[in-house]
Amino acid sequence: MTVYETSGEDQGPQGGDHRLLPELVAHLREHRTELREEWARRIDATHLLQAMTSQEVGSETTSVYDNYVEVLETGNVDALQRYARDLSERIIPRGVETHEVVGIVLLLRDVLARSLFQKYHDDFPLLNRVLDAYEPAANRIANTVAVSFVEERERIIRQQQDSIRELSTPVLQVRERLLILPIIGVLDNQRATQLTDQLLQGIRAHRAKVVVIDITGVADIDTSVANHLVKTVDASRLMGASVIITGLSSKIAQTLVTIGVDLSKMDTIGDLQGGIEAAERQLGFRVTRPEPG
Amino acid sequence: MVVSVLSQGDFLIASIHTALNDAELTRFQEDVVAQIGERRSHGVIIDVGALDVLDSFGSRALRNLAHMARLRGAATVIVGIAPDVAFAIVELGMDLDVHTALDLEQGLEYLESVTAGDRTGSSTLGLLGQSRER
Repeated sequence: MTVYETSGEDQGPQGGDHRLLPELVAHLREHRTELREEWARRIDATHLLQAMTSQEVGSETTSVYDNYVEVLETGNVDALQRYARDLSERIIPRGVETHEVVGIVLLLRDVLARSLFQKYHDDFPLLNRVLDAYEPAANRIANTVAVSFVEERERIIRQQQDSIRELSTPVLQVRERLLILPIIGVLDNQRATQLTDQLLQGIRAHRAKVVVIDITGVADIDTSVANHLVKTVDASRLMGASVIITGLSSKIAQTLVTIGVDLSKMDTIGDLQGGIEAAERQLGFRVTRPEPG
Repeated sequence: MVVSVLSQGDFLIASIHTALNDAELTRFQEDVVAQIGERRSHGVIIDVGALDVLDSFGSRALRNLAHMARLRGAATVIVGIAPDVAFAIVELGMDLDVHTALDLEQGLEYLESVTAGDRTGSSTLGLLGQSRER
């Protein structure tokens, strides 16, 4: 933690304070139960961790408290970091927010500081030195927990982005040489590029002759994505496949006309059903209902 | 040998096996156009499946080749354009203006369909109209 180093400078001249921390730790261990309960009360009073039951809050606060005191004692945040990450992994899916996690750690810092005030309030210089020893360590802990939580969150976000990206552009074969690409959600530049990739690879893999791109689920596109879409249609034609685009919303239709896309090159049909029927006609399929009986 | 020009029935199958420089491309172009006359071909398939780049000169050469072939009475289809090449052509705004198909088989299918009328005696102009339409 680089953050710690900057606050370490005012520790240098007070060599004797090395003995203060063990004393402090002993004090916190001795009053463990009451301090922890006071902390839990404060958490409850400020309406933090509402997503968790009081029992869970109880067991987590105990672990955090013990970890906290241990870090004060040893100065080694590795175990706390691991614990914080593990805790984040458990509580993020429950909807616990960053401000709650930071909030409870800061509450604990305050609760402990108060108890130190109480213990040393008769000897102001000593209290000062105790706080000199306590504050950097406490801040470092708060920092470690907050950073671990945010890192874990970011890791989850990255993971989810990856899986969304994988799922986002399926290429489905519905008939021989006929592919469908349903697109749902926001079509941004990155996804449009991926769409082109998957489509062109799909044309080759399935030996497709007609592709129906259904954008019913796309509310709007910007001009660069619209241009990209047109290029995709052209590139598909170079690979010997014609593209039918279905389900254009009125907004997208307006965008395409406003940017002046050459519509003679685009084959568009109102809905997916119409698109599939047109594609079947192009491929020479005829769907007939069998005679009853 | 970087190119091969084979005659298959009424059609010429010209395959490019490696990237060609400009001089080689020009020679290839002349070679194919000459052979259309010699072999009285009605269709040309240009297979570019082995190419992983196609620059502006290359695509213009292919387009010119197709136009020359048309003037000599043969329809042209380019087959085997790789996905990346296809998108690069569009991205660079190069207008190929030639019929394209996925692979040799579909290229043959296309030529069969556009030259069917030609071999039963209808005029070459009809064929040209057809290939422009596509």
